[in-house]
Amino acid sequence: MTNPTYTPKIQSVGLNGVLVTFGERATDAANRAAIAFRGAVDDQGWTEVTESSSTLVSAFFRVDLAEHRFDGIRDQLADMLAGQDWSNAPLPAGRSLWTIPAAFGGSRAPQLAEAAEAAGLDEAQALADLTAARLRVLTLGFAPGQPYLGTLGEAWNIPRQVGLTPNVPAGALVAAVRQVCLFAKDTPTGWRHVGQTAFACFRPNGATPFPLSPGDEIQFTDVSEAELARIEAHNSDGAGGAVQEVLA
Amino acid sequence: MRALIVHHAGPGVAVQDLGRPGYLAMGLTQGGAADLRAVHEGAALLRQSVECAVLEMVGTGGTFEATEDIRIALTGAVMTAQIDGETAAWNASHLVPKGAKLVIGPTRSGTYGYLHVGGGFATDAALGSRATHQSVGLGALVSTGNTLAIGADKGRDTGMTLTPDARFTGGTVRIVPSMQTEDFDPAIRARFEDTTFRRDPRANRQGVRMDSDGEGFSNPKALSIVSEVIVPGDIQVTGDGTPFVLMAESQTTGGYPRIGTVLPCDLPRIAQAPAGAEIRFTFLTLEEGAAQQARATAEERKLSQQVAPLVRDPATMQDLLSYQLIGGVVSAADAPLDEG
Repeated sequence: MTNPTYTPKIQSVGLNGVLVTFGERATDAANRAAIAFRGAVDDQGWTEVTESSSTLVSAFFRVDLAEHRFDGIRDQLADMLAGQDWSNAPLPAGRSLWTIPAAFGGSRAPQLAEAAEAAGLDEAQALADLTAARLRVLTLGFAPGQPYLGTLGEAWNIPRQVGLTPNVPAGALVAAVRQVCLFAKDTPTGWRHVGQTAFACFRPNGATPFPLSPGDEIQFTDVSEAELARIEAHNSDGAGGAVQEVLA
Repeated sequence: MRALIVHHAGPGVAVQDLGRPGYLAMGLTQGGAADLRAVHEGAALLRQSVECAVLEMVGTGGTFEATEDIRIALTGAVMTAQIDGETAAWNASHLVPKGAKLVIGPTRSGTYGYLHVGGGFATDAALGSRATHQSVGLGALVSTGNTLAIGADKGRDTGMTLTPDARFTGGTVRIVPSMQTEDFDPAIRARFEDTTFRRDPRANRQGVRMDSDGEGFSNPKALSIVSEVIVPGDIQVTGDGTPFVLMAESQTTGGYPRIGTVLPCDLPRIAQAPAGAEIRFTFLTLEEGAAQQARATAEERKLSQQVAPLVRDPATMQDLLSYQLIGGVVSAADAPLDEG
């Protein structure tokens, strides 16, 4: 899955920071490396790094390159990179495991059958895959707090549909390219709508505006449409019936 | 309550500040004022913190009334302004007495105008900032009937002016290489630098589309990249070859390749260019870009030293007799004024 010949790259991003990239393609190993490396650099507490993030395959460190020389931060990062094999590094401690109820297929998620067919599975097998996997938050983006989850098996390397579905609701689980996205808000999309949750990814007025973090793990549990409706009726905090455990 | 009453608001008026850094990993971009230079200029004019929240105005401002005497400053895109019917100079600070009508707009040059108040706007903050970020549901546009709270003002100076950094008519914008610049063929990069672009009318706080005649700038190699982090000023080239400069409210990541990144100090020039204005991009090396940006930042920190009393042309002062003309307020040693 990983490309053993890929050497991590360190590059400047405008004058705004430095990017360390662990792969040319979105692989699970490159993503693990990006999350682990970001965590390790954050632990160093370097004062020139004012913020960090991770994308599918890279770790980004915000550094004012007009104030701090790129060469200096590049060398520090290169030393960190050389310290270990980041594609096998443990993920940072303190991540969460989320168990989130979802209704799959039916009227609430009408494209499960279509996605299953694209993956060469029957609906029951597709449901089993989507609820058996412990998916990792690969990155948050597109909308605040919105997770891209992975990585599903090779069968799920299904393309986006050609046309856009005009409006898939917040809380939807949509699938494509071995990933699942949990929509933070109503969105037009080419990904297929396979499940529906009541989980709010962005809670600007809550105590925890961004419940999820990159590296968190998520497991979906299959609930009936009636059960989802019951959860939705008592969901003022946006938790959607999810249970959070801290991973050691 | 110390506040500004909004009797009428234009369609694009919103509270802004320096934005909310620190949430990139969570998928929330920094946001904040489109023209950060204007925020610094207003803070210098009122001699207050650059963190004070301001009103950003597109196209037109509105009609406002203060519940107490307040100080204001006007910066950014030049708009018409009257205080109780009398013209108030742009790029200057003024006293707006309690009950007076402040009328702002329409725009005469540039795109984003700013109204600063002594003490700053004290509207509710979310995630550590008062910046309105409409597309993600943080804050809302200012509308007719609103009352905007204003913080306590420790300053007293009004009638001061500052020559604005020229940035309202397009021009040359300096860029540095970004992480995907090398994915564009040298010939495409050279043509990009040789092209005179026009700012498309399709522009907003997320991005500004650049029009040009002739071939686009897409590079097949660059179109298969994995989504990667976006910083403000990134110039992404979409599949049809059109460049977009990404602005304060862009998404945090994007799948289109970036041909370069605008220096932060030149980004206000992109924000303020009116539709149709000509823009050219010129590459600097990372080292040259860093040096130019450092110089601009140092100059910005000293803006308050350039603030000078507003001298009005007596020929246009209709109420000349009400002015105290010989009090020694204006020092002969002050720098001569240029009202830009």
